[in-house]
Amino acid sequence: MAELTKRAAIWRVTVDSFWERTRRLLSSHSFRQRMLTTISTIIVSVGSLVILFPVAWMVSTSLKTKFGVYKMPPQWIPPQPQWHNYVDALTFNPFHVFIRNTIFFAGSAMIGELISCSFIAYGFARLRAPIRDLLFVIVLATMMLPSQVTIIPQYILFVKYLRWGDSYKPLIVPAFFGSAYVIFLLRQFYMTLPREMDESAKIDGCNPFGIWWRIILPLSKPALGAVSIMAFMWHWNWFMGPLLYIDSNEKFPLSLGLSMFRAPFAGTPFHWLMAASLVTVLPCVIIFFFTQRYFIQGIVITGVKG
Amino acid sequence: MSALWTWIIPRGKVARREALWLYFFISPWLLGLIFFTVGPIIASLVLSTFRYSIRAAPEFVGLGNYTRLFSVDKIFWKSLQVSAYYTFLSVPVGIAASLGLAVLLNQKVPALSVFRTIYYLPSVISGVPVALLWSWILNPRFGVLNYIIGVLVGPRGLIPLGIQGPLWFFDQKWVIPSFVLMSLWGLGGPMIIYLAALQGVPTALYDAATIDGANALQRFRNVTLPMISPVILFTFITGVIGSFQVFTPAYIISGGRGGPNYASMFYVLYIFLSAFRRYRMGYASAMAWILFWIILALTLLSLRAARRVVYYEAPEGG
Repeated sequence: MAELTKRAAIWRVTVDSFWERTRRLLSSHSFRQRMLTTISTIIVSVGSLVILFPVAWMVSTSLKTKFGVYKMPPQWIPPQPQWHNYVDALTFNPFHVFIRNTIFFAGSAMIGELISCSFIAYGFARLRAPIRDLLFVIVLATMMLPSQVTIIPQYILFVKYLRWGDSYKPLIVPAFFGSAYVIFLLRQFYMTLPREMDESAKIDGCNPFGIWWRIILPLSKPALGAVSIMAFMWHWNWFMGPLLYIDSNEKFPLSLGLSMFRAPFAGTPFHWLMAASLVTVLPCVIIFFFTQRYFIQGIVITGVKG
Repeated sequence: MSALWTWIIPRGKVARREALWLYFFISPWLLGLIFFTVGPIIASLVLSTFRYSIRAAPEFVGLGNYTRLFSVDKIFWKSLQVSAYYTFLSVPVGIAASLGLAVLLNQKVPALSVFRTIYYLPSVISGVPVALLWSWILNPRFGVLNYIIGVLVGPRGLIPLGIQGPLWFFDQKWVIPSFVLMSLWGLGGPMIIYLAALQGVPTALYDAATIDGANALQRFRNVTLPMISPVILFTFITGVIGSFQVFTPAYIISGGRGGPNYASMFYVLYIFLSAFRRYRMGYASAMAWILFWIILALTLLSLRAARRVVYYEAPEGG
């Protein structure tokens, strides 16, 4: 009898201490943290599949036949990938022309912004005058201005008075006068460069232009690279500007050329549309993969320190 | 008067030289400001009191455009409604989603940079292809989303609730939610900003909160949120301003018509169509100015409301 009671007692102690230990584990900080991490990782992983799915679907659609696209239930992986869709889609509309136009347009605008903004931002970053901060606030304010208040008079100015209609001039020339966003980014960057170099150059008799050209610019290559990429891609993707000012088909950039495929009735060649869309998008994706770090840095600077 | 002049060009040789160099460097921006920004703004205001179709001579109508907008033009009110609906839906949902995602990623998730790249990828993809892609995915009959909905909760689905996917862009009630859904695909953009802000919160604060017995939710509400509230304010304001200017998807998906039944006639689309398809430039300028005031009011309101909610860290040294 005493043997039984002793065993029962030991069993109860073991069971109780089991629950004790479990309770302690469940409420321990490190356990909770690791649970959080695990659950977060699962959610984030599932989410990334959801995020990537449209891209995969775009590829899948682009490799189907005209009627295979409409098959229900949908074929996830087309049984006979129609690789020739890419050739057909890009030749039915003169995509080689569109690509050439877009490279010209985005490239010129990028150069314009690069030259002008690296120049302008130096003034805001390094040179002092009582009016400077007010002017910089105006730069920021223009970033928040809705473009609609300016596009109509701009259109009248460019098309009626300057006769720049049906050309890329209205889209490229303003880039040479600076862009608020780029000015802001470069100014923030310049302010991180140590002033000592400026000062020793000044002592050696260098004027501000020389300082900018010989010292600041060479040191700014990473920032200038990031800004060029962003400017190039922004103009590559721009739709409303070209829509306003480009009328002739042979001058269309990719954004307009792609929208020409579109028809608001059944019979839209989705397989071609997706193929052409993928080609339009691919350069940006590739550039992004190689330069992610700069991209993300640029956005972080605007968002966190802005 | 001379004080003003001194402010623009200071006295004193050194200060004056530096100011002149400043003007030299920012001169391209100043010129651009005058000719491409301030000039057009003033011109737009003046233009809004005229009837101008760029082919004929302008005709002065005073406040005629404005009265017409407010009293006769039903599409004007409808388009304001459409844009407001879109903004009030997309901005809070977008911020919640991006912030939530950033918080999750911040939980010491492995391979963080890989996930960050994946989530940011859609933001890199341009306007026209995205609009085309989503109009295909959200196609009512052949789109893959409605198929998945049917498989999951349709009449013959896994959980037979008899729910059928809506007509998305073709249904008045679902157009704007469709646009919001499309915009959610790009939640990687703000997410990166939030992630950086979250990583900037000093861990000492979290440790102190944990010692005081705070659980995860309490830590989030009392440490995380206040510390990143300036960043949330920034994305909120830029989100509101941006959402009012959505143009490319609206134009592409509705084929430039703002249908069905004007349910996707975003305000900015209506301005564009009035100015450049119907050549009512004075009328459109009036609308543009109204937009300017609306955005200004919303921004100031947000800043005013934010003063009570946003926490700014005191500068070093008290």
